[in-house]
Amino acid sequence: MSGPSTFQPKNPVLKWIERRLPIFGLVHSSFVAYPTPRNLNYWWTFGGILSFMLGVQIVTGVILAMHYTPHADLAFNSVEAIVRDVDYGWLLRYLHSNGASMFFIAVYIHMLRGLYYGSYKEPREILWILGVIIYLLMMATGFMGYVLPWGQMSFWGATVITNLFSAIPYFGESIVTLLWGGYSVGNPTLNRFFSLHYLLPFVIAGVVVLHVWALHVAGQNNPAGVEPKSSKDTVPFTPYATIKDGFGLACFILFYFWFVFYIPNYLGDPDNYIPANPGVTPPHIVPEWYYLPFYAILRSIPDKLAGVVAMFSAILVLAFLPWLDSAKTRSMRYRPLAKQCFWIFVGVCLGLGYLGAKPPEGVYVIAGRILTACYFAYFLIVLPILSRIEKPRAVPNSIADDVLGKKKSVVASALAVIGVAGLLALDSGSTARASDHGSTPPSMSWSFAGPFGKFDQGQLQRGYKVYKEVCAACHSMNLVHYRNLTDPGGPGLSIAQAEALAAEIQVKDGPNDAGDMFERPGRIADKFPSPFPNENAARAANGGAAPPDLSLMAKARGYERGFPQFIFDAFTQFQEKGPNYIHALLTGFEDTPPEGFKLPDGSTYNRYFPGHAMKMPNVLSDDQVTYDDGAPQNVDQYAKDVAAFLMWAAEPKLEERKRLGFQVMIFMVILAGLLYFTKRAVWADAH
Amino acid sequence: MTTSSSAGQSRRDFLFVATGAVAAVGAAAAAWPLVAQLNPDASTVAAGAPIEVDLSPIAEGQDIKVFWRGKPIFISHRTKKQIEEARNVNVASLPDPQPDSARVKEGHDQWLVVIGICTHLGCVPIAHEGAYDGFFCPCHGSVYDTSGRIRQGPAPSNLPVPPYAFISDSKIKIG
Ligand code: FES
Repeated sequence: MSGPSTFQPKNPVLKWIERRLPIFGLVHSSFVAYPTPRNLNYWWTFGGILSFMLGVQIVTGVILAMHYTPHADLAFNSVEAIVRDVDYGWLLRYLHSNGASMFFIAVYIHMLRGLYYGSYKEPREILWILGVIIYLLMMATGFMGYVLPWGQMSFWGATVITNLFSAIPYFGESIVTLLWGGYSVGNPTLNRFFSLHYLLPFVIAGVVVLHVWALHVAGQNNPAGVEPKSSKDTVPFTPYATIKDGFGLACFILFYFWFVFYIPNYLGDPDNYIPANPGVTPPHIVPEWYYLPFYAILRSIPDKLAGVVAMFSAILVLAFLPWLDSAKTRSMRYRPLAKQCFWIFVGVCLGLGYLGAKPPEGVYVIAGRILTACYFAYFLIVLPILSRIEKPRAVPNSIADDVLGKKKSVVASALAVIGVAGLLALDSGSTARASDHGSTPPSMSWSFAGPFGKFDQGQLQRGYKVYKEVCAACHSMNLVHYRNLTDPGGPGLSIAQAEALAAEIQVKDGPNDAGDMFERPGRIADKFPSPFPNENAARAANGGAAPPDLSLMAKARGYERGFPQFIFDAFTQFQEKGPNYIHALLTGFEDTPPEGFKLPDGSTYNRYFPGHAMKMPNVLSDDQVTYDDGAPQNVDQYAKDVAAFLMWAAEPKLEERKRLGFQVMIFMVILAGLLYFTKRAVWADAH
Repeated sequence: MTTSSSAGQSRRDFLFVATGAVAAVGAAAAAWPLVAQLNPDASTVAAGAPIEVDLSPIAEGQDIKVFWRGKPIFISHRTKKQIEEARNVNVASLPDPQPDSARVKEGHDQWLVVIGICTHLGCVPIAHEGAYDGFFCPCHGSVYDTSGRIRQGPAPSNLPVPPYAFISDSKIKIG
C-alpha cells in the first residue's frame, strides 16, 4: 500500500481499469509482490488468522441476524429456533459463538507476539496503537454479542458491565440510565446492543485496513528485530507467506472445529441456557473467559471508581508501551532479562484469568491484588527500568544472517503452547460454579457421548414416556414440538405416531371468525404443552416455585468439574454434565436428611441439589411407568432414560453435528497435509 | 535461489493442483450451509401443513378468503347464474383455455377454490368485480371470470387452483 505500483497489466480490460482505479496494483503490491522478511515464524501467521476470523464472524453474524429477533420477549427463543429449525442453523450459531473465542485466542497470541518481538517499537507505534483500538472495539463487540441471546448470564453481564459506568462521579447514574434507555437493562438496551453489535465489526474492519496499511508502510517486524537490508532478507508475499499462512490457518481451523463440532458449549456458561430473569441473579456472575483477567483486576481494587479505572487502565497502558519500553533492541530473543520478565508476565495474565473465574473471597482476593500489582509493574516499572539497565546480546547483522545461524527456540515455543492451553483452560463456565454443591454427580456412560455418539432410540422413547407420564404433570417443554419426535436423530416415531400423540392433547386456539377462543385437538406442529395456564398458576400449585421448562434443562445445568479435570474435558469431549446432573438429582432424594440439617417445610432433601433443600418432591418410584421393551422398571432406569430424553430435547441436532464434524475433520486433515507439503516445496527454493 | 530438477518440478505442480483443488472443494462445501439456511425453516414447513375449512357458513353468492402458506385462498359459493356464465364460454377462445369442469371438483360445481394471487405480478384481485363478474386485479387491470380464468389484461394465465379435497359435503381440506 505504499508508493506507486510496479504492477503492469497486459490484459486491455485490466489496463483500462488500472488506469482509472489502480486496485489490482494495490492488491498486487500489498499481497503478492510485498516483501516479507524471510525469517518469520508461525507466530506471525496469527495476523492472517485474525483476518480470517473477522471474515467468519461477519459472514456468520450477518446470516444469524437474518433469523434473530432483537426483542426482550423473543430473543431467547429466536436463538433456539435458529439452532433447532433453521437449516444448518446450529452450525452457524456454533461457528459464531465459538468463533468469538477463537478470535480472542488469536488476538492474544498476536499481541503477545508483538510484545515479545518488540513490534510496537519505532517506526511501528501507530500500527501498535491501531491494534490497541481494534482490541478495544473487539471487547465492546464481543460483550454486546454475548448479551443478545438474552439468557441469564447475558442479562446480568449486561447489568454488571453497564453499571461500571455508575462509578463515574456526579454523572454516573445518569450515564447508566442513558446506556440502558430505561430504568434497568431491558428491551431498549437489547435493541441498541444489537444495532451496535452489527455495526462495530465493520468499524473493526475499517481500522484493520488502517492497521494493515500502517504495516505495509513500516514493513513487517521479524523475530530478529532487525530491518531488512537487502533483497536477500526478504521473499515475496505470494507464494511464500501466503502458503505458510495457509498451512497455519488450516491447523487453526482444525483446532476451531474441534470446539464447534465436538464441544460447542465448552467455553460458554450453562446459565445462559436459562432465559433472562430480572428477578434472580446467578450465584456467580462471570464474563466470557477472554475478559477474565480484566474482571479480576476490577474486583481486586476495593473501591468502585478505582476498580473501574484500574480495569480500563490495564488495557490503555498497552497504547503507551512504545514509550514505556525504550530499549534499542527490539526482539526479546536478545534481551535475556526482558525475556524472563515477559514469561512471568504471561504467567501473571493467566493467573489473573484463573482468579477472575473464582469467587472473590479469601485467598483469591489477596492473590488477585498481588497479580494486579505485578501486571501494572511489568509495564510501568519493569520495562522502563530494564530498557535502561539491561545489556542485550548482539543482534544478527541481517535477516539473512539470522536465517543461517538459526537455532530452534524449542523451550520458548513449548512454553507458549502451554500458555495457550492455559488460556483455554480458563473455562469460566465450569470453574465458577457454585461451591455450595454437595456431592459431585457420578459420571454415567451415555450412548451419545464421544465423537461418534448417537442417541439410543429405544431409550429416547422410554424417556419420552417417563416425561409424559411423570414430568409433564408439572413441567412444560416449550421448545419441543410433536413433529420433533419424527426428526432424524431423535426418538424416531413415525408421522402417524406423532400425530396420534399430538391428538391426545387439547390446544387453545383462536380467535375464530366469531372472535372466540376455542379448543382443538393438537397437531404435530404444536409444542409440548404446559400443564398450567400461566406462570403464576404454576407457582400457586407448587408452593411458590414454578417448575422450570425442561426443553433446555440438560444444557442449562452444570456442576463444578474442577481444575485440572476441565482441561482434560476439552480433549475427551466431555459434555455430559447436564444428563449426569439430572440423573443424580432424580436418584438423589433421601427420606431422612443427615444429622443437623434443618429441612424447611415443603422441601425434600436431595444430595445433589445446591443447598440440598429441594421444592420438588421425589416423583419417581419403581414400577411406576410401564415399559414394553423389557427394560428394567426401576428409578435408576427411569432417571437415565428421561435424562437422555432431555439431552435430546436440549440438542436435537446432536447426531447430525457429530456426523458432519467427522467428515469435516477428515477433510481438514487432508487439506492441512497438502498445504504442508506444498509449503515445503515452495520454501525449498528460498533457502 | 537454486534451480530444481524437472522431477521435483512435476511433483511440485501436482502438489499445487491437488492442494488448490481440495481447497476449492472445501470452499464450495463451506458455501452450502450459508445458502441452505435461506430455505424455509422447520417450523415454517410444519406450519404449512394442510388446513380444513368449513363451508357451511358461506351463503350463495358470497365468498371468503382464507390463508394457507401465507397465500390468500378465495372460496366462492357461486350462484346458478355464475356457474352458467362460466360454462357458456367457448373454451378455445380463452387466453389460457381450460373448461370450468377442470377447475372445480365434480359434484361440487358451486364451489370455486382459487389462489387469490394475480398471475401477472402477484397482486390480490378483488372478487365480484370486473366485466365478467369474477375477479378484477386493480394493479394492472387483469380481469378474471367466474371460474377464475383470465379474460382481459396483462396476466398470462388463470388463477391457480390449490390442491384441495372435499372431506365431507361442507368441509374441504386445503393442501
Ligand atoms: S398484478 Fe394483477 S394485473 Fe398486474
